[in-house]
Amino acid sequence: MDKIISMLRELHPDIDFETAEALVDDGILDSMDIVSLVTAIYDEFDVRIPADRILPENFNSAAALGKLVNELIDE
Amino acid sequence: MTNVLEYLENAVRLTPDKICYLDDDCRMTFRRVAEEARAIGSLLARRGVCRRPVAVFMKKGPRAVTAFLGALYGGCFYVPLDIEMPMFRIELILGLLGDCPILCDDASLPVLKKLGREEDAVLYETAAAEETDEEALDEVRRHGIDTDPVYVLFTSGSTGIPKGVITSHRALIDYVDHLSQILRVDSESVFGNQTPLYTDACLKDLYPTLKCGATTVFIPKSLFSFPVRLLEYLNRHRINTVCWVASALSIVSSLGALDSVKPRELRTVAFGSEVFPVRQLLLWQKALPEARFINLYGPTECTGCCCFYELDRPFETEEVIPIGKPFPNAGVFLLSEEDRPVPQGELGEICIKGTGLAYGYYKNPQRTAEVFVQNPLNDAYPERIYRTGDLGRFNERGELIYVTRKDFQIKHMGYRIELGEIEVVCAACEGVSLCCAVYDREKKRILLYYTGETEKGTLLGYLKGKLPRYMLPAELIRLRQMPLTLNRKIDRKRLETEGAPEEAAEESRRLISD
Repeated sequence: MDKIISMLRELHPDIDFETAEALVDDGILDSMDIVSLVTAIYDEFDVRIPADRILPENFNSAAALGKLVNELIDE
Repeated sequence: MTNVLEYLENAVRLTPDKICYLDDDCRMTFRRVAEEARAIGSLLARRGVCRRPVAVFMKKGPRAVTAFLGALYGGCFYVPLDIEMPMFRIELILGLLGDCPILCDDASLPVLKKLGREEDAVLYETAAAEETDEEALDEVRRHGIDTDPVYVLFTSGSTGIPKGVITSHRALIDYVDHLSQILRVDSESVFGNQTPLYTDACLKDLYPTLKCGATTVFIPKSLFSFPVRLLEYLNRHRINTVCWVASALSIVSSLGALDSVKPRELRTVAFGSEVFPVRQLLLWQKALPEARFINLYGPTECTGCCCFYELDRPFETEEVIPIGKPFPNAGVFLLSEEDRPVPQGELGEICIKGTGLAYGYYKNPQRTAEVFVQNPLNDAYPERIYRTGDLGRFNERGELIYVTRKDFQIKHMGYRIELGEIEVVCAACEGVSLCCAVYDREKKRILLYYTGETEKGTLLGYLKGKLPRYMLPAELIRLRQMPLTLNRKIDRKRLETEGAPEEAAEESRRLISD
């Protein structure tokens, strides 16, 4: 989880990712950020997020993204 | 034909009740576009602002485009502004335009109030409900000629002041006619718009739609982050033609979305504004073996595009897709450093001449004179050319290949950016002493090196308020010391090739982990 937060913080050091819950809906993360995150997650956790799981609800918060990554690691 | 409005009027005669422009909130037929545009034109005609700018500061969608056409009915030229532009930029542009009507919506009106331009603001709803004054509209049209300006589009400028490219109806008609031919647009075409209305890229969707009685769907921006949803949207709206910046296409293919959903209606895929990596192109071609793929190239100063290349052979991943050959009726040639023709295969500056040339930069004769110049190969009569600052060469097949920018102006995510403009803004932040923006061409990232006491988070927050999203550096690197050349200028080359000095990189990592 800490790793996910630090990835997000590298993209936007000015956002509090512990509490933010509408990263996509509020327009904080844009398409370039999503691509960076997918790449960073692959580098860090060796899991590739399949295209059909790249959905707004999985990127709206650090917690949602962490949950997705954990699910993918378990699969 | 002398006015782009004739495209619309022709479509209204043929298919008045067909949907012309639509998005998730609003669908407008050709008839309704014409009616509302004529109402707006009537209001402007009565104000007598002919051949003057009309700013259109509205959310992207059918109404904003109708407002553009309304400005033209009023005999004016339009200047698109966007709510996503930083306040700072909007203020600069409005300042340059001076007093002028500003067509706005509920979202932009508060911004205009903040800027003290409330008196110039006209709500779209009010203007579109105006009674149509046929006589006034006829009068405006009688006096119109095809050399009248049609729009001013603002691009990034090296001094921090945006440059407004001003273009005539004639140049736009020339572009739209040839582009429609190249893309083979017809009344069955359904465009899926991706590009913002304040760039020339959107002209590819908006005007062939009018000329050919086609349809443009404005795709919600958020979908471009979620490629599977995006492809489903294309299918739902039966979109068959896209003219996107290459990075928008790359995101879809690189995230693997084409394996999950096939955009089954898509038959024409045009891309431009930046180099499209062959690796990504191959994924698209595999998913859509029947579709046509077309590379488009050209600066705003030449009304959108002046070169095109339709993919007609397989490419290897390390190859570059050519920008191909000139549009019909455009002259494209290379000049050497000494302003001489270059030998076959050698690098030269891409220069353009022809009807498609813009007039230059609005209220900026100095900058205009630097790049819109007499053809140095012609001493017999006046012949204007535009120097793109792009370097290219012709391959052995006679196809033009784009190689790089001549100066520090870069192409990033399809936008043209002067690194100098980022530096100007950064340097203006309190607590920044020196700064230098460089572009990492390999990773396609803007890096900003700076020295000073400002924290990275603070500086980024500051930059976010001053720069459009696409100009924001991907990484801020705070240095203890800026590398300097012997004559005390920032050593840009060294930063570009070597990155941050070791101790600074250490510092940078520490700052990130903090």
